[in-house]
Amino acid sequence: MSAETHSHVREPLHRPAGLAGFAADWASDQRTFKNVSWGKAMMWIFLLSDTFVFGCFLIAYMSARMSTAVPWPNPSEVFALHIGGSDVPLILIAIMTFVLITSSGTMAMAVNFGYRRDRKKTALLMVLTALFGATFVGMQAFEWTKLITEGVRPWGNPWGAAQFGSTFFMITGFHGTHVTIGVIFLLIIARKVWRGDFDTERRGFFTSRRGQYEIVEITGLYWHFVDLVWVFIFAFFYLW
Amino acid sequence: MVDIRHGTGEQIGPAEVEDVELYHPHSWWTRYVFSQDAKIIAVQYASTAIAIGMVALVLSWLMRLQLGFPGAFAFIDAERYYQFITMHGMIMVIYLLTALFLGGFGNYLIPLMLGARDMVFPYANMLSYWLYLLAVLVLVASFFAPGGPTGAGWTLYPPQAVLSGTPGGKDWGIILMLSSLILFVIGFTMGGLNYVVTVLQGRTRGMTLMRMPLTVWGIFTATVMALLAFPALFVACVMMLFDRVLGTSFFMPAIVEMGEQLQHGGGSPILFQHLFWFFGHPEVYIVALPAFGIVSDLISTHARKNIFGYRMMVWAIVIIGALSFIVWAHHMYVSGMNPYFGFFFATTTLIIAVPTAIKVYNWVLTLWRGDIHLTLPMLFALAFIVTFVNGGLTGLFLGNVVVDVPLSDTMFVVAHFHMVMGVAPILVIFGAIYHWYPKVTGRMLNEAMGQLHFWVTFVGAYLIFFPMHYLGLIGMPRRYYEMGEAAFVPASAHTLNEFITIMALIVGAAQVVFLFNLIWSIRHGREAGGNPWRATTLEWQTPETPPRHGNWKELPVVYRWAYDYSVPGAAEDFIPQNQPGSAGLASEEAS
Repeated sequence: MSAETHSHVREPLHRPAGLAGFAADWASDQRTFKNVSWGKAMMWIFLLSDTFVFGCFLIAYMSARMSTAVPWPNPSEVFALHIGGSDVPLILIAIMTFVLITSSGTMAMAVNFGYRRDRKKTALLMVLTALFGATFVGMQAFEWTKLITEGVRPWGNPWGAAQFGSTFFMITGFHGTHVTIGVIFLLIIARKVWRGDFDTERRGFFTSRRGQYEIVEITGLYWHFVDLVWVFIFAFFYLW
Repeated sequence: MVDIRHGTGEQIGPAEVEDVELYHPHSWWTRYVFSQDAKIIAVQYASTAIAIGMVALVLSWLMRLQLGFPGAFAFIDAERYYQFITMHGMIMVIYLLTALFLGGFGNYLIPLMLGARDMVFPYANMLSYWLYLLAVLVLVASFFAPGGPTGAGWTLYPPQAVLSGTPGGKDWGIILMLSSLILFVIGFTMGGLNYVVTVLQGRTRGMTLMRMPLTVWGIFTATVMALLAFPALFVACVMMLFDRVLGTSFFMPAIVEMGEQLQHGGGSPILFQHLFWFFGHPEVYIVALPAFGIVSDLISTHARKNIFGYRMMVWAIVIIGALSFIVWAHHMYVSGMNPYFGFFFATTTLIIAVPTAIKVYNWVLTLWRGDIHLTLPMLFALAFIVTFVNGGLTGLFLGNVVVDVPLSDTMFVVAHFHMVMGVAPILVIFGAIYHWYPKVTGRMLNEAMGQLHFWVTFVGAYLIFFPMHYLGLIGMPRRYYEMGEAAFVPASAHTLNEFITIMALIVGAAQVVFLFNLIWSIRHGREAGGNPWRATTLEWQTPETPPRHGNWKELPVVYRWAYDYSVPGAAEDFIPQNQPGSAGLASEEAS
């Protein structure tokens, strides 16, 4: 990717390297982060804020789990699937995680083709990413259904601490909502890419601003973040 | 190190970002209602905040009437009293102060002071206001819901905020309150991201971070803090909403209500306190830092003197912002947490006093031998310093565990936080409105009405809150509907309460004068011209007053810092930031 086309830089910036460059950027006029566009900066800062949301959720979960006076349900039993006559622990979660990580790969490829202005490949890879995302949400719905039929509720469950169900549904639900929003966002952007909005500089319906291929990368930032958060949820919920 | 003051001979780099294309409104609706112009959004934010603030003011009257004349007004029963307390606190802290400083002043001043045409994402900025308005409407709806608004106190501590048989948790009030807060956080995030990115990435040529006016530094740091602190409130609200609606037990321990064992069990009320105060303490500085910034600019402009120790002021703001994230548990000394925690949090709390004291010294040193004009903004700024020092000193009392424990939950605490984060920021808001009103409307606010407003508000606020310190020291508890026949409360305390109530009514009435002034002066105020205060910052250098959509014809270029007042040898006693090189110096012109 070239900084010239995507960050409106008119001429290459001559900056000192290392720490001196860092200080020079912060002390410079106009922009603190050279070569970072407004949209990308905004997404990064939003993700920082969202990290605090997930952080608070997970810390609340950890404090509940560590201070509980009654037994916490055993994850490798609760999240096991009965396949071929035996319980396979964590099999569903393994597949879900694999699907989500794969979607990060296709997303990264979409970003690459976006910067090459390869409309069709970009759009197809974004749709593929969205499909992986939707698959993930679908499997999550399956997992929820299974747990609910087994008697897990936000206010209680047959195996132990009531906080198991409440934190599980709240945190995976909140993450699933993020994935769902990401899927919708991916499909909208994929349609724009496919239609060639970013080649013709067609104006956005709401914002009336000209779109750029960079939005593919910004969507990608969000998608990778949601992926990364899942890794933490996976570790704290299923492996603890 | 680069000299922050003068850009003489310095090369200003070419524009790195192409000039933005703005959305041009084509109807009355998109120009004034669903506007994407930060200046209109600022006025919308400010008007909504002041309107809901007036509701909170009336609520405080009703509370004071009960405290001063217990039982004299039949409609103020105990339940309503708690509802008034709760709504007064929540509205003042979040829906008035936060929204007005960041949504109001932030939207108006950030683009103008930085030489930008607008916020970086005007559409998200517009959504921010409409979500804020929705949050306010949901909050107001709770007054009309069955059972009225929640009476849980503004801290919404569980379990009483969840239990159905208490003033806090019964009926719809708490549900609407939590929903409103969640909406507020989402709406604020949209605006807050805009403010931060505009400051970091949207400045004009020559405007380095270290040339930004302190107002922008204050609002910027506060917004960053808000983006990191509001998540904790968001999470706490979501979890409490589930406790209340779904019957989960995040914050609810096993509990018996009306002789009946509830379904809840195993939750931790202390967890809520931690989450709430991880938001709640930064919130104090989210309100205070913009006030610090604005007051620095008011003092410098109206004392015709550069701010003393600009660099130190900037770093003090940043350090206060950072430290305020590790002091939250000083609100929880009596919650039963580990005493070593108290030791840690008391230490960090007292450390914050250092950068804060630096700021106060710098304000005073800016005034020292300045050409002080006792204009209305200056009067309010001076009143702020006095009030803030007063509230800050009582903060040192409450920051120490051993002193805090006996004073906890007394009127002393009420006096402290009203001085430091109630009256002090409000005084700055008034000063700022008197200062920037001419830019917003093109006319000055009426001076006589302003003087009346200032003296009644300032003296009155002291007469209200100073005696409360004494009431607290003799042990009068806060949040009590009535004192009854408590032996330790002398009769004189009741007289004092009556006095405070009467003063509160008078000060409240003085705000009506202010509101009338705001409306009256739009048409009848004296014409202000573009730069009535002869100030240096960019918002006073716009080609039109009020500034039109897009702010500038050609984007300004900044050559100097914001505080070139009374520069020796200069033709005038101020040199605007966009005046090139040493052109303002008389000696240069003569040669």
